[in-house]
Amino acid sequence: MTEELIIAGFGGQGVLSMGKILAYSGVMAGQEVTWFPSYGPEMRGGTANVTVILSDKRISSPIINEFDTAIILNQQSMDKFEKMVKPGGTLLYDPNGITRNPERTDINLFKIDGTKIAADLGNVKIFNMVVLGAYLKAKPVVNIDSVEKGLQQSLPARHHKLIPLNLAAVQKGYELLESVTTL
Amino acid sequence: MGELKLMKGNEVIAEAAIRCGCDGYFGYPITPQSEVMETLMAREPWNETGMVVLQAESEVASINMVYGAAATGKKVMTSSSSPGISLMAEGISYIAGAELPCVIVNVQRGGPGLGTIQPSQADYFQSVKGGGHGDYHLIVLAPASVQEMNDFVDLGFQLAFKYRNPSMILADGAIGQMMEKVQLSDFKPRMTAEEIDAKYGSWATNGKKPNRERNIATSLEMDSAKMEANNKRFQEKYAKMQAEDVLYETIRCDDAEYILVAFGVSSRICQKAVDIAREKGMKVGLLRPITLFPFPKQIIGEMAKRVKGFMTVEMNAGQMIEDVQLSVGCAGCAVPVKYFGRMGGIIPTPSEVVQALEQKLIGG
Repeated sequence: MTEELIIAGFGGQGVLSMGKILAYSGVMAGQEVTWFPSYGPEMRGGTANVTVILSDKRISSPIINEFDTAIILNQQSMDKFEKMVKPGGTLLYDPNGITRNPERTDINLFKIDGTKIAADLGNVKIFNMVVLGAYLKAKPVVNIDSVEKGLQQSLPARHHKLIPLNLAAVQKGYELLESVTTL
Repeated sequence: MGELKLMKGNEVIAEAAIRCGCDGYFGYPITPQSEVMETLMAREPWNETGMVVLQAESEVASINMVYGAAATGKKVMTSSSSPGISLMAEGISYIAGAELPCVIVNVQRGGPGLGTIQPSQADYFQSVKGGGHGDYHLIVLAPASVQEMNDFVDLGFQLAFKYRNPSMILADGAIGQMMEKVQLSDFKPRMTAEEIDAKYGSWATNGKKPNRERNIATSLEMDSAKMEANNKRFQEKYAKMQAEDVLYETIRCDDAEYILVAFGVSSRICQKAVDIAREKGMKVGLLRPITLFPFPKQIIGEMAKRVKGFMTVEMNAGQMIEDVQLSVGCAGCAVPVKYFGRMGGIIPTPSEVVQALEQKLIGG
């Protein structure tokens, strides 16, 4: 198994930390992982993205130009990354972040109303965990147990009291994933 | 072994330094490697192992602090990125001239000048051919993974002390900024004053003892005959590195007709390019130099006798290609050696590499 994933959205949406928690979950599940962020002169309100690769083999290139899966959380990222999903691959998006629906017909399309679900759960900051849960329904690359361990490893101890809320968000996202097109 | 962690390359450099018994780090922040000192400051190793961490007023000050501390036989290091390493060049030459061990980490960014903060490999020449003045070489290690960022700190110190010569870990912004799974090393205690004296008392300036002359750390020698003798001794040392400490990795080279040569993050991209090329029926392998000095000339010479060509893949305008050409030429071979690369902070993609391979080497 090798999963090459891009997570892309606005800075502040928790894109990089979602990737980190997923990557740590992969470590906990015994996988090889690479987390490669867009870094540089980024600014608040600008775009942020991270490539996460999970594999049971040694990972070659951390830099890739086509992805098994794209998680897209804003329109700029849709414009940039929709075309970079491999044929037969998967695209997951939050409809609140975009102004144009994805147009590809050769990939699996899923959506998750992460913004609303997080608000309903009472904490908009767990938006990214809702999306992570939805992703894990679409692509079960790690199980929820590993995510719990990943959260324990990646969050500082003072935030461990938030783990149940984060896991609830993952669970909600998992339950509420909507399929748009399945090949 | 130590714990299994998910960490950034830069953070791992800091953790590995603490764990290998490093005595001191002196540095000055610069993107994309500022996490090295940030991590050290957050870890407060002075409470744990007694390691000193000091932010100097500049790169020039940092390297001269390294010079002074290295003279006492302590395990000391610094880190910076390309423009900062240029500022350190004078001090590095002095350290090499005074024959002192230390580790210097360069997390390269695009140049020349202030350039960009994105990853690059454009400091190859600077690292392997000199950088500072005079006939000297650094031991240059090129990590290609976060795990190797961990492993090469200890290895860098071992080689530095074996040869009494500075080692450089030549990374790049990509390896520094990305996170991967890493098996941390076990803690090694820092050496005691007695241990340093027993091992390095012949040269360390750790206080004159009654039973020996005072040790002086200097690169200055006004007598030309003695200076030439010093230079000859340095050259013997570099020849010994070439004979004993070359490191490289080969991937799918056994039946390969064409060889990609790449180091650091470029070698990771090439690993994927090899897989893509093989799927297309091209017999391609990858040679990854791990030590850039000493350079793996011998294996390239041996390969040159049986393959149809080489292509280096570098994030610069073509620097390592010169060493590959020399290695092929020295083996008396004339197979083509091509180059493909991107510059200015752009990272080539695996498919670009395959395309270049088809256009420049296999098709041509």
